[in-house]
Amino acid sequence: MVDFKTVEVDTDLLILGGGMAACGAAVEAAYWAKQHGLKVTLVDKAAVDRSGAVAMGLSAINQYVGLKDGQNTVKDYVDYVRNDLMGVTREDLVASIARHVDSTVHLFEKWGLPIWKDEKGGYVHEGRWQLMINGESYKVVVAEAAKNALGTENIYERVFIVGPIMEGEECKGAYGFSVRENAFYVFKARATLVAMGGAVHVFKPRSSGEGQGRAWYPPWNAGASAYFTLMAGAEMTCQEVRFIPVRFKDAYGPVGAWFLLFKSRATNAFGGEYMVERKAELANWAPYGHVKPIPANLRNYLGMLDVMEGKGPIYMRTEEAIQRIADTYKDDPKAYQKKMKELESEAWEDFLDMTISQAILWAASNVQPEEKSSEIAAAEPYFIGSHSGASGAWVSGPEDLQTDETRKEYFWGYDGMSTVKGVFCAGDASGASSHKFSSGSHAEGRIVAKAAIRYLVKENPPKPTVNAAQIEALKAATYKPLFHYEQHKNATTQPEVNPHYILPKMFMMRLQKLMDEYAGGVSAQFTTSKPLLNRALELLALLKEDSANLGAADLHELMRAWENVHRMYQAEAHVRSILFREETRWPGYYFRADTPKLDEENWHCFVNCIYNQHTGEWKMLKRPILHVFGPPKEHELLGG
Amino acid sequence: MPSFVNPDKCDGCKALDKTACQYICPNDLMVLDKEKMKAYNREPEMCWECYNCVKICPTQAVDVRGYADFVPMGASVVPMRSTDSIMWTVKFRNGQIKRFKFPIRTTPEGQAQPAGGWETTATLDDATLFTEPASLGLPAVWTK
Repeated sequence: MVDFKTVEVDTDLLILGGGMAACGAAVEAAYWAKQHGLKVTLVDKAAVDRSGAVAMGLSAINQYVGLKDGQNTVKDYVDYVRNDLMGVTREDLVASIARHVDSTVHLFEKWGLPIWKDEKGGYVHEGRWQLMINGESYKVVVAEAAKNALGTENIYERVFIVGPIMEGEECKGAYGFSVRENAFYVFKARATLVAMGGAVHVFKPRSSGEGQGRAWYPPWNAGASAYFTLMAGAEMTCQEVRFIPVRFKDAYGPVGAWFLLFKSRATNAFGGEYMVERKAELANWAPYGHVKPIPANLRNYLGMLDVMEGKGPIYMRTEEAIQRIADTYKDDPKAYQKKMKELESEAWEDFLDMTISQAILWAASNVQPEEKSSEIAAAEPYFIGSHSGASGAWVSGPEDLQTDETRKEYFWGYDGMSTVKGVFCAGDASGASSHKFSSGSHAEGRIVAKAAIRYLVKENPPKPTVNAAQIEALKAATYKPLFHYEQHKNATTQPEVNPHYILPKMFMMRLQKLMDEYAGGVSAQFTTSKPLLNRALELLALLKEDSANLGAADLHELMRAWENVHRMYQAEAHVRSILFREETRWPGYYFRADTPKLDEENWHCFVNCIYNQHTGEWKMLKRPILHVFGPPKEHELLGG
Repeated sequence: MPSFVNPDKCDGCKALDKTACQYICPNDLMVLDKEKMKAYNREPEMCWECYNCVKICPTQAVDVRGYADFVPMGASVVPMRSTDSIMWTVKFRNGQIKRFKFPIRTTPEGQAQPAGGWETTATLDDATLFTEPASLGLPAVWTK
């Protein structure tokens, strides 16, 4: 077996990840670090130009508040987010992102991102908060600014971060390995900012075989953030709040253009509109069932009820929407043709910018949207701190937005700092601040990076020293799957099936199968219960034992091995959190069949958890939901 | 197959230290077979069909065949990405062709200036970020 050199890197602020939040952090940190003579280092497991959830591109910016033109207020955004998440939101964190996100969007435009403009020079909105963009190179442009700010000499690409270097309760940085050369990396840092995305493929995807990569969120987001903060001993929040988007079925192309630009309806196979026919069901989820817009998970749920009653497929009625446009132009065929050409281009760009698979599927199925409807469906569960998910670390909010009451619960000195000193989180790594999307994640990266530099300047933490024996132990554990494979590979005539080890691919499938069947995946119609969850924990315990026998043939497979260990911990945090919360609060994300109702009296709270990596124990706890703007009034619940 | 490589077009990036597709793939899927000097996708079931390998390939050797578990055969979607725009050719199973062109950026490649030309009045202790409040278009950052 070959030798692996150890590369030690000393830095002041270590940024882990290279997506939107990490790029925001890089731009901001570089500015403040220069003023204070500090070093900033960024580590990405891929190439920053095309890493993270925006690697393919995006067709819209989903968070723009429009503060300068008075389009909305910060409080409007907070009300929207709290309502969509059925009341479970840290108002201080959402407000903090909302007050800065416009600045980030204006920077994107300066950097070269084409944002659509109307005749008067204003941004073209897809919805109240959404801007239309030509976003094929969104990530390239954002990465370029980050690289120009930080200098490529401070960026490590293709280095996979395994976890934190801990000494007692102190985080001294991170360790990982190059997927390109035989090098083990030890990053010693005085502060660490975690921004390695959410987690995909914890649950079995709908697709099979070579199609398994077709998740709505990218398959390379494998739970590295959650693992890092769990192992650091940080308190985690909203681990029960998975996200399930409704998209065009199978290829998961965006539905936004069809709903918002074409004003298309979604109906069941019999033409029934579940949002109308099942309106009465919303009362069961009051007060959130009555808010406008209707929370994403409740919209999901009404569609799922149709599917469970055998009324599927559910269709996006594209032909009807186009016919309606034709009707409005019936006296002017030329104007109709012009309008249709424009809309057709917009609809295809929506796919080509961000879900090219959907364009392939439509072309391969000869879809003519003016003639025939296309199926939509709920995807599988994902773990993200952005969009309508909320899972992540429990972090401090900004000082100036706290009330006397919230200050005791939500503030401990530095924006975005977890409960572990010097460990900061942003983007999908930080929880209870949903709907930050790409732009809000970048803005949050900036907010948190500035706070991290402030922490370094004010607290002046010592330069970390690491224990050589501990580093050797981490290195041995990191590469163990390679040695384990090498030692046993000749025990059988075919390396994939071997009694001594399990390869990462099958390890992942074992995790996905148990989560799917017991924790409310697609096959279980997103339904679970206490006995099912307890069974999931039994199976997870066996899986965890077997993770010691993961095998890997090369560095690429070694990365897969660790990704799946990361997923496994995300899975356990999820199962324990839905088990702890004895109610059903987000019925379109998961349904607790044994506690099928919303229980505001007992569960209007955050569910948090802390993992102790030394004892293997999980501590579950409730944290209060407090209002920065005062308790919402009825008209605010109703979206006005 | 998600992404696949045409052996007639792939030149292994002429034995540079790594191929373009290998450099860019966000999921570390593309590798060079050093004997054949051809690249290939080693794990098609982990491919997101993000097309970054297709867009970056200097010889247009990389293409995508839709996921075989749900996509009928016979279609192709091919990009041609330049420094400021991208042209897509969508070929349907029945032979119909659609072509779309979209801008991709408004500034010269490599020229994104972090501050965007904005000065800042921020200090380390306040809630104002680098480039703010100018980049917000407001006199000050909002607070309660």
